[in-house]
Amino acid sequence: MFKVTIDNKSIEVEPGTTILQAARMIGGDVVPPAMCYHSELKDSGGKCRSCMVRVAQGSAADPRPMPKLVASCRTEVMDGMVVENLTSPQVVDARKAVVEFLLLNHPLDCPVCDQAGECDLQNLSYENGTSVSRFEEEKRTYEKIDIGNLIQFHPNRCILCYRCVYAADQLTDKRTHGILYRGEKSEISTFIHQAVENDFSGNMIDVCPVGALTDKTFRFKNRVWFLKPMDAHRECTKCSGKATIWFRGDEVYRVTGRKDKYGEVHDFICNECRFEKKESADWTIEGPRKIESYSVINQNHYRNVVIPSVINPIKETME
Amino acid sequence: MSEKQFKHKLYVKKGLDIAFTPETLTKIQTIISHYPEGQQKSALIPVLHIAQEELGGSLNVDIMDYVAGLLNITPIEVYEVATFYSQFYIDPVGKYVIEVCQTGPCAICGGEDIIAYLEEKLQIKVGETTEDKLFSLKAVECLGACGMAPVMQVNTEFHEFLDLKKIDEIIAKLRSESELKKPEELTWKERLS
Amino acid sequence: MERKIILENIEVEGIRSLEVYRKNGGYKSIEKALKTMTPDEVVNEVKTSGLRGRGGAGFPTGMKWSFIDKKSGNPRYLVCNGDESEPGTFKDRYLLMNIPHRLVEGMICSAYALGANTAYIYVRGEFKQVIGILNEAIKESYKAGLLGENILGSGYDLDLYVHTGAGAYICGEETALLESLEGKRGNPRLKPPFPAIKGLYGCPTVVNNVETLANIGWIVNNGGEEYAKIGIGRSTGTKLISACGNINNPGVYEIEMGLPVEEFIYSDKYCGGVKGGKELKAVIPGGSSVPILPKELILKTAGGEPRLMTYESLSEGGFITGSMLGSGGFIVYDEDACIVRNTYNFSRFYHHESCGQCSPCREGTSWMESVLHRIENGEGKMKDIDLLVSIASKIEGNTICPLGDAASWPVAAAIRHFRHEFEFHVLHPEIVKNVKHGSLEKYMEVPAVTGE
Repeated sequence: MFKVTIDNKSIEVEPGTTILQAARMIGGDVVPPAMCYHSELKDSGGKCRSCMVRVAQGSAADPRPMPKLVASCRTEVMDGMVVENLTSPQVVDARKAVVEFLLLNHPLDCPVCDQAGECDLQNLSYENGTSVSRFEEEKRTYEKIDIGNLIQFHPNRCILCYRCVYAADQLTDKRTHGILYRGEKSEISTFIHQAVENDFSGNMIDVCPVGALTDKTFRFKNRVWFLKPMDAHRECTKCSGKATIWFRGDEVYRVTGRKDKYGEVHDFICNECRFEKKESADWTIEGPRKIESYSVINQNHYRNVVIPSVINPIKETME
Repeated sequence: MSEKQFKHKLYVKKGLDIAFTPETLTKIQTIISHYPEGQQKSALIPVLHIAQEELGGSLNVDIMDYVAGLLNITPIEVYEVATFYSQFYIDPVGKYVIEVCQTGPCAICGGEDIIAYLEEKLQIKVGETTEDKLFSLKAVECLGACGMAPVMQVNTEFHEFLDLKKIDEIIAKLRSESELKKPEELTWKERLS
Repeated sequence: MERKIILENIEVEGIRSLEVYRKNGGYKSIEKALKTMTPDEVVNEVKTSGLRGRGGAGFPTGMKWSFIDKKSGNPRYLVCNGDESEPGTFKDRYLLMNIPHRLVEGMICSAYALGANTAYIYVRGEFKQVIGILNEAIKESYKAGLLGENILGSGYDLDLYVHTGAGAYICGEETALLESLEGKRGNPRLKPPFPAIKGLYGCPTVVNNVETLANIGWIVNNGGEEYAKIGIGRSTGTKLISACGNINNPGVYEIEMGLPVEEFIYSDKYCGGVKGGKELKAVIPGGSSVPILPKELILKTAGGEPRLMTYESLSEGGFITGSMLGSGGFIVYDEDACIVRNTYNFSRFYHHESCGQCSPCREGTSWMESVLHRIENGEGKMKDIDLLVSIASKIEGNTICPLGDAASWPVAAAIRHFRHEFEFHVLHPEIVKNVKHGSLEKYMEVPAVTGE
């Protein structure tokens, strides 16, 4: 076992564990945010740079610090490694910079975005962003496109995390969309007009950290915080059948995979479960889905909300 | 200045009958043999170069799908690569693609004047193709010949230490070269379709 | 003085061919290395030589070689980085066009030292002529039994192939190059793992610059110790310098490390002074990504010592008053050069060449270009100058690969040393709009206002 210390908290982990995974084991404020990393998608991560941390001591054997900040999602721990997340001003600065970069061309159209309320970028900006932008240029814009009749792609919101590409690569038998062009002009696209149609294509919606890929069958139907998420399952020959179904009253508004507190789905579901089973009779209800207490989805559901301390300083500066 | 309003350009498969000659196919087999077994995707960039050269000067969907089939990879893998590299043209180009270096060392040695002069001479803007489909003009980044600045390449031929007189000579030479053939012979298969 | 290692015999007619190259002492190192030395002995000679990577980073070559994983049981690869695309650098093209066998010879020794049986030369796609010449050279070497199975009866096999790129600066970054070699988009990989552990096709791989590998034959022939005698301190051997910009004799020069910068610029043996008898204004000594230095700081260090062509001397003073030897792309600017326009030009280059994979580089390079474009066109504000410094500092160090640093250093350095030119652009939009090329210095009697 390797001992790793993150923001003065120590834990012993298996060799091969990444800094981010170790931080998640400790939990709380030491956990760096992650936008492009998804633990179920091989090779994901390293791109958005929001999870960067400072390695103050490489290992017990070689205590030198690492020269640059590292992506915690892809850097494996060494025995005796000492990591700084929020305790490093350099990390906090870099994270602010990443948020600024990610928001430069982002339309900030949360009021009309279906992802609002469960958006990783919204959370990241709330915790690390500023209220004013220094960007005076015109934003990069694209027209939205339909990828088949079930998924809508809103390129303006895309942060090029590549998660949907890895999902298509690893969950479906033949990937038909990918990253085209280069640099700032990179875009997620099919190149030729082609629907992404596959039994598992709907998972692209779940892995998208922002509102770039949304469920067309749920489009503008309701706000997520008005819905009540319930864990449910059904017998399914294609997938695990383990899902979260989102009620308003008795009506099922949408079906998604079960997202954990880091927004990750571990049991991917098939398109039949997601798009076609929208009657409560289709499902065996297990009980309410546990949602982190600070999530906006818990609005009106919880009392005595404990705001994580990371938010406090920002709240103070905002006030 | 880059255009900020991007439009998703969706391309169409035309169902063209694309095929390399047997000689080219042999050449491609040799290239594939340079890489370990199962790594035939490594040959993608070299094969796309050949395709672009032999099948009409640019890469359309049909050509890329054909290449994907040859290398046993998915079409999107080809599109991803073809759109990444500057040397591959997705949209049709003229017979002669004139690429003038506009990066620092060339710029301070008159590269920008060369571009302006070519725009005037060919009556097209950077990024455009002349009506007779003879010339496409592009301003490109560093061609790695800064000591011979200003430089440009026409298709794959380098021209160095350029001045306006040299440009006149090069264009005149290309024009006379192309006149040896009828215009119909110049237009490639792809543009005829 | 004046020893040549790489460009030795370059003037001999027909040196491009194997026959003439061999007559002039070429390929002697193969016999020596393959028949009288163990691979480790070759590695040790290279270590002793103090040879450092000539592509830009200057990492000790022997050390890089010693990291290669020999225990994995996977095949090992040697890859030559010939994706020369750093603005201001054209030495590898010159070397390959004129004396391609120097590289082939170096690669055979190097691959032997690393225990690689397959090697690739990745050449940027635009160098079509170079690719032809290299293929011809390789063909000759196969015919002569210098490549292929059982080289010169030594029992060692090596296959060497040329691989073509297709126009992407980023493929000069070693892991992007490997991705490209695998037929993918040139997105740099996250490190670790380094290529020495997991490189091409997941196998142990060493990627070296053309010039680096071209030194190896000489080192094998003459010994690392002899090589280390050339140069000064940790900057051993010779270096190819690509000299360009506003000078009388642009071209590639092989210099011994330690040559004074002043001599390099003004001697008729090298640059031959500034073109048209103009004054020297500034120099970028190591390719477009390293900091630009004004005349006072390129000729002498801040401490008043003469600046020398070595890794150490050029970087003396850090980025405050120093720069880097980088890839040896030596760009000279005369008194009429507009630093703002040039900085905009380079930022456009990096914006165009960013792979777009990680957010600081993708978004930041585009942002810097936009702001610089505004300033250059007389639409900038005073606060834009500090904004640029801030953006540059937020990209630097926060990206997957060094392109982010390469994009931010030139901007930060230009503002550090030529802030008054940026301020002039902001304060005199009318003049700036009408004077597109050349100097604004003559207008600069207008007292410059500092700060906002």
